[in-house]
Amino acid sequence: MSKRIDQQEDAADAMFHALADRTRRDILRRVLAGEHSVSALAASYDMSFAAVQKHVAVLEKAGLVTKRRSGREALASGDVEAVRSVRSMLLELEAVWRGRIARIDELIAEPNPHERNE
Amino acid sequence: MPVTDVKHDMDNLTLTIVADFAAPPTRIWEVYADPRQLERVWGPPTYPATFVDHSLTPGSRCTYYMTSPEGEKYAGYWDVTETNEPSDFSFDDGFADADLNPDPSMPVGRNVYTFTEHAGGTRATYVATYASAEALQKVLDMGMVEGATSAINQIDDLVAS
Repeated sequence: MSKRIDQQEDAADAMFHALADRTRRDILRRVLAGEHSVSALAASYDMSFAAVQKHVAVLEKAGLVTKRRSGREALASGDVEAVRSVRSMLLELEAVWRGRIARIDELIAEPNPHERNE
Repeated sequence: MPVTDVKHDMDNLTLTIVADFAAPPTRIWEVYADPRQLERVWGPPTYPATFVDHSLTPGSRCTYYMTSPEGEKYAGYWDVTETNEPSDFSFDDGFADADLNPDPSMPVGRNVYTFTEHAGGTRATYVATYASAEALQKVLDMGMVEGATSAINQIDDLVAS
């Protein structure tokens, strides 16, 4: 594979790894709705501030979340475009199935090969 | 358009597709039971499938490969777990190496295909479940042979941004 393809695959790996965790998906839903401080996010979960911080960092590394500083606070917001690209990958799997179904439709529209041979 | 419903279950990593066909379940069953018909629908036209072993009976392993326009081969297998002709069958769908042996480093999808009589034809329900998001992503790599370049372009944009 070319270096360019490798980079694309690395990006996809990072995104799916980030989304494989329930808490991270929940954090992402919140920060897509609006900017949240990491400490406000941490208050919503039964885990340490450091653990929530780590989850946000994984999302940030995958390009799903961007962070900015405001005084003493770290503010996180969701990257809608990145989430769309994950969605597009699921749609891609759907496209594989749709292709198969369309081909079955074409196949059954033909005379049955068994009857044809008789 | 025969596809009537699609569900993406992000939490359980299940994709459910419902399609209606204008033929009875026995005819749709035959598409899957006859390897010569199955290979016409399994791989996309640019990546035709060739089934090497095929038997739609519980405990059987079906093996196949798809051939790219450049002549590269992508192999896979089905481990058939249950069959109830002509209404449903279940199989584990995995990737194989060049000798058609299952590749244990690659994900396995659990599939249940159900065909019921509906409005003079068949309602087919396809359910595929993956163990993890990583597994799903690997399957998508394989799915990319379908030529859905728009999705690849979107990753491109993402990497570039």
